[in-house]
Amino acid sequence: MGGGPEGGDTAPSRAVIAYALRRLIGFAVTLLVAALVIFVLLDLLPGDPAQFILGINATPASVAQLRLQMGLDAPAYQRFLGWLGGMLQGDFGMSYTQRAPVAQLIWDRLGVTLPLAVFAMVISMVVGLPLGLLAARRRGKAIDTTIMVLAQTGVAIPNFWFGMLLVLVFAVGLRWLPPGGFTPWIEDSGLALRGLLLPSLALALPQASILARVMRTALVDVAGQDFIRTARAKGLTMDEALWRHGVRNALLPVLTILGLQFAYLVAGTIVVENVFYLPGLGKLIYTAILERDLILVRGATIILILAVTSTMLLTDIAYALVDPRLREGAQR
Amino acid sequence: MNKMLKAFGIVLGMSAALAGVAQAAPTEVRIGVALEPPMLDPTAGAAEAIDIVVYQNIFEGLTRIDQNGAVQPGLAESWTISDDGLTYTFKLHDGVTFHDGTTFDADDVKFTFDRILGENSVNAHKEFYTPIKSITVVDPLTVTMTLDHVIGRFLFDLGRGDAVIVAPESADNNANEPIGTGPFAFVQWDKGSRVVLEAYGPYWGEPVHLTKATYVFISDTATVTNALLAGDIDGTNNFAAEALAVFEGNPQFKVLVGTTEGETILATNNRKAPFDNLKVRQAMAHAIDRKAIIDGATYGYGVPIGAPFAPHNPYYVDLTNTYPFDIAAAKALLTEAGYPDGFAATLKLPPVAYARLSGQIIASQFAAIGIKLSLVNVEWAQWLEDVYTNKDFDLTIVSHVEPFDIGNYANPDYYFGYDNKQFQALIETLNGTTDEAKRKELAIEAQTILANDAVNGYLFELAQTGVWNAKLTGMWQNSPIEGLVLRDIAWTE
Repeated sequence: MGGGPEGGDTAPSRAVIAYALRRLIGFAVTLLVAALVIFVLLDLLPGDPAQFILGINATPASVAQLRLQMGLDAPAYQRFLGWLGGMLQGDFGMSYTQRAPVAQLIWDRLGVTLPLAVFAMVISMVVGLPLGLLAARRRGKAIDTTIMVLAQTGVAIPNFWFGMLLVLVFAVGLRWLPPGGFTPWIEDSGLALRGLLLPSLALALPQASILARVMRTALVDVAGQDFIRTARAKGLTMDEALWRHGVRNALLPVLTILGLQFAYLVAGTIVVENVFYLPGLGKLIYTAILERDLILVRGATIILILAVTSTMLLTDIAYALVDPRLREGAQR
Repeated sequence: MNKMLKAFGIVLGMSAALAGVAQAAPTEVRIGVALEPPMLDPTAGAAEAIDIVVYQNIFEGLTRIDQNGAVQPGLAESWTISDDGLTYTFKLHDGVTFHDGTTFDADDVKFTFDRILGENSVNAHKEFYTPIKSITVVDPLTVTMTLDHVIGRFLFDLGRGDAVIVAPESADNNANEPIGTGPFAFVQWDKGSRVVLEAYGPYWGEPVHLTKATYVFISDTATVTNALLAGDIDGTNNFAAEALAVFEGNPQFKVLVGTTEGETILATNNRKAPFDNLKVRQAMAHAIDRKAIIDGATYGYGVPIGAPFAPHNPYYVDLTNTYPFDIAAAKALLTEAGYPDGFAATLKLPPVAYARLSGQIIASQFAAIGIKLSLVNVEWAQWLEDVYTNKDFDLTIVSHVEPFDIGNYANPDYYFGYDNKQFQALIETLNGTTDEAKRKELAIEAQTILANDAVNGYLFELAQTGVWNAKLTGMWQNSPIEGLVLRDIAWTE
């Protein structure tokens, strides 16, 4: 198969593969370094998990025995290698204080934290994007000012405070929704959904405000571009031009913000989980730190890092596939 | 307009449907507790949170402690003690089963104590049971224990959460799936959220009133308040004193104020200068104004103590006037000790409200006699490491919550480092005495020595402040042992 013309096609895809490979190696190195940093930092923390479990009246012999059983007496490098090797085989170890597999504990909590973050994200988009659009279309009018003042307030209100306000109104006052707690999905998915409604709202408010502001700014920027002027010259009204040509272009910065927000939401559920006593990942990590359940903290942290870095990796590769400018950059 | 009304009607209908669920049936109870237990085996950890859920509910011991702190028969219906006080013969209840259906008998008792005393034991209080020299199964319902020396409180120690009876078939899984003989069986544990218990039908003892009990884990005070007001929980065993006012005037709730075994002390490093000087410790004792601390740190609910001993204990003696609040006397003692201008020291404070608040008040009280305290906030794990294990501290504030823990003062290696041979001999005599009158006399002598020596600053006994639905009865007002016993709880109406 002779192939002058094909050569032109494969070169960029080869470049993409090389780019992806480089990114993959970088990804692996990042994870390894992260694992090392997490391990060292947590090992430096004062506090002995065995002593914590047995309390201040325990005999030293019992504490020593527990340390032995938890494998805490081995030298640090051995424990690090053991932990790393275990993770490569999918074994995150046993929680010190809860005596249950770390992977299982984390998996269970994701069943709360992930839906919570997704709901909050959906709500923030459904509320924030149309408001941003409306403000941009009525730029300088009363409605624009009102929306921007509201958005400014929304960014400034701490979500735990907003959460408590929601509880006071909808749980204590009206008794429409539970003040907190969570029913497992398999037990009653309706109740589970009800339990996540107020926390998602509390979490979504600042995100919606940010989205509205970003959306408005992006649209206002786009409105001044040549192609909008061209569209208007062809006879479209400003609204039509913005709707047909503006929104799609304005969505680019909005999507970037959304990607960042998702990472923020997953990590940021910790406060909201406390206000609504939800069994999420944030609460798990928080308790584990206080109890010096170091193996659980390590496992959960590495999972979060894995989630964030792999999102970044996928985004980078997707960008390279989509955007020719990035691809050329990769070849250099 | 019509359209809007219609929409409003739909919203109302939806909210009514949403609100219709989750009405507690009159035999079920949902209880909010601040801390989630790390696991549910009370024989392998000291966390109070474990006992709150399982003690006397899921698990039972040979004896049980009642709400006045007295010893009652548990799985042992009766017992005899040999004249030399060394051999205990227990007659066990017939027809007792574990929640997995296996039969309870003398072999389970032997297994339980062999496990506590075994080499691999991680029991937090092994030392209470090490005097057991031998355990003999006489017949399936009779067991004898022989001690190598007399222990005055042996029957009480058998009633602790550390000595509940477990079965060889299930003991290894008790951390996540506890199986005991108690009136409530474990149903499920949604980690991070709640533990569900159900009344155990074939329970051997008096039937309980509740069919189901759910422990909901909520740590934040404002959140607990909302959960109570919204009816998501029916009560909580220990609510933050600063917010009690919300419920005190509300007829839908009742507030139960009782005592605990928590003696809150200004623990003092007796190994270290200048605290190794009795005069310095006496000066500090004179400088402490307990009333101000109790009002400021416990909102008036704490009870002043003058020695590390619970005021509701029958052996208690009031020693709060040993070193009354007296700035002049304190200054004079400091001058005598060679510190006319006072000195500087650090005060390490664990993350509990009573400690952090007391710390600030004590710092200002000590400033009046020239002792400049710098406050260092630490979290529990760090406190255990720095203060408790490494003894790297000057002063700290902590509550010792176990019943009758005065024996710690006889251990010179204990973190506050009090080494008094006379006191150590006294505790040994006390432990070996079974005669009540004599025990009381010795206990009073012990308290007096500790008060006079001003080993630590004795501040107050923590109060237990429960908030419950007004229609609930049978909750323990006092907390003579760690636990939240469901046995007598019932809905009236």
